[in-house]
Amino acid sequence: MSSHADLATYNFAYLDEQTKRMIRRAILKAIAIPGYQVPFASREMPMPYGWGTGGVQVTASIIGADDVLKVIDQGADDTTNAVSIRAFFQKVADIAVTTKTDEATIIQTRHRIPETRLKSNQVLVYQVPIPEPLRFLEPRETETRKMHALEEYGLMHVKLYEDIARNGHIATTYSYPVKVQGRYVMSPSPTPKFDNPKMHMSDALQLFGAGREKRIYAVPPHTEVVSLDFEDHPFEVQKFDRPCALCGAEHVYLDEVILDDKGGRMFVCSDTDHCEDRRADGHVGELLAKPQEAAE
Amino acid sequence: MYVAVKGGEAAIANAHRLLADRRRGDRSVPSITIEQIAGQLGLAVDRVMAEASLYDRSLAALAIRQARGDMIEAIFILRAYRTTLPRFGTSRPLDTTSMAIERRISATYKDLPGGQMLGATFDYTHRLLDPSLLTDAPVEEPALRQPDDEVSLMRVSEILAQEDLIEADGELPADHVTGDLTREPLEFPMSRDLRLQALARGDEGFLLALGYSTQRGYGNAHPFVGEIRIGEVEVEFDVPELGFAVSLGCIQVTECQMVNQFKGSAKAPPQFTRGYGLVFGQSERKSMSMSLVDRALRATELGEDITAAAQDEEFVISHSDNVQSTGFVEHLKLPHYVDFQAELDLVRRMRRDFEASRQAGNDDDFMEAAQ
Repeated sequence: MSSHADLATYNFAYLDEQTKRMIRRAILKAIAIPGYQVPFASREMPMPYGWGTGGVQVTASIIGADDVLKVIDQGADDTTNAVSIRAFFQKVADIAVTTKTDEATIIQTRHRIPETRLKSNQVLVYQVPIPEPLRFLEPRETETRKMHALEEYGLMHVKLYEDIARNGHIATTYSYPVKVQGRYVMSPSPTPKFDNPKMHMSDALQLFGAGREKRIYAVPPHTEVVSLDFEDHPFEVQKFDRPCALCGAEHVYLDEVILDDKGGRMFVCSDTDHCEDRRADGHVGELLAKPQEAAE
Repeated sequence: MYVAVKGGEAAIANAHRLLADRRRGDRSVPSITIEQIAGQLGLAVDRVMAEASLYDRSLAALAIRQARGDMIEAIFILRAYRTTLPRFGTSRPLDTTSMAIERRISATYKDLPGGQMLGATFDYTHRLLDPSLLTDAPVEEPALRQPDDEVSLMRVSEILAQEDLIEADGELPADHVTGDLTREPLEFPMSRDLRLQALARGDEGFLLALGYSTQRGYGNAHPFVGEIRIGEVEVEFDVPELGFAVSLGCIQVTECQMVNQFKGSAKAPPQFTRGYGLVFGQSERKSMSMSLVDRALRATELGEDITAAAQDEEFVISHSDNVQSTGFVEHLKLPHYVDFQAELDLVRRMRRDFEASRQAGNDDDFMEAAQ
């Protein structure tokens, strides 16, 4: 029987140093082979699989005492799981945290890439549920690994072609497959395809962690990331026909917010930090402008 | 008016406070102790230890209490603790022939050396609710006897092996290092040691259903329980500095040897084949299910056709872990509104195209009718 008093002692950033070393080796390999999924011995983390354990393990392995961490989920710093992961690192690593994209050295994200262009001193860590871009075309790992090894991506092109044949356009809106440095087809994680162009030639290092599926992959800085398409059906991102109702930003990704039960709705920035920055700089959206007019 | 939502932190803190309250329940009722859980809910403790792959009764009991009796949550808590522990080596193989047996039954022989011992079992109880358990009525002391002698109890498979009617236990290459699926990434196809590890920590319900499916024709199994034995075995560990093995203590395990019919193939003569199950604590259901699934998963090795789910290694092992399964299923309750927004946009667009083409079709019909 164990002594329960020993229970509460955990290493800096939770993982033991052996495990961190193992994960760092996987990360280095991933950086050396951009877009290739490196198997790693994923650990059970104190949060559930599917809730960011891959991203958390990557962050835990690269974070140092003087790093500044930002965590977003759906683009926002205040969604519950982002709050929870941020609190986890504050607890186990006692590091500085921020909601400002500019100030962060490590940004862990689920489903979005910040609107603000990232810099060379920043690392973007993605939480990945299904790392295999071919998974829904071929459920077997033994097969998909072969397909990657042989650069056999015909199936994916057929899928995209069938989309066009059926709908007149490629009906994939998120997890839109990309080709990295002309070699590996890679899943960008379930980010909307709106964010795909931000991965291309990014100044920041991009690391992807899939805990349940035990894979790490990476896009080093200044790497080509091209969304798959056809010459006559070029890749294009979502367009919103109105700006953010709070800050008036255009060409950003918007969330739809239901206001009442009569069909009233508004569109606001999904990236909450970007939206706050813009409002602090004096930009005003439609919804915030109105009450002022009424007061005048 | 909408404002960007803040206060996730406070909401989480309050939710956890409420959870602690609900876990404790009515304060006028005494709190359940770790000793009570370990002592009186022993089979729950066994399941948590088995599927968390950590043999520690009091920690498992603590996890059950913390999880409010939610077994998978308790398994998860204990695993998240286990993963932080340093790994300092591999024990010697357990010698289950020298087990201090509490229960041992065989369905293939009426009597056999060492005899049949029922032990503490629910078998042959009538599942009638027992009103005497509503109160703390005194319980009789069990009737115990001293073990006959110190001889080890041969396994049923060894009886069959004497006539060469059952396949050999299988040899691993001499330089084979026992794998550890908690320390190395999983790769398919798996070696049998890793596959048995995965099954041993696999979800009892999932393995039960798969084992059951092999009995109903999905996988063509003809199993007999060669033997089930439950009892304590010594765990020995080679200490390189000492040059000999030292005992780390005793653990209770349930071992099941399933004997299966096998017609033979181009690769192997007609003889019985084995399915093996070994689980921490007392769990016949789990060890039997495990041995059925283990046998089913040997289809490729024995040259059988793979026709059923239970024979498909990648399918079975990728989905047998309940901590992984529950995490990914339950992650669906996390916000997905960014992706959903993208899908909303797409469906709206496709709907517009659909309505437009239908409208155009109607107009054409109208034109044709008018002409």
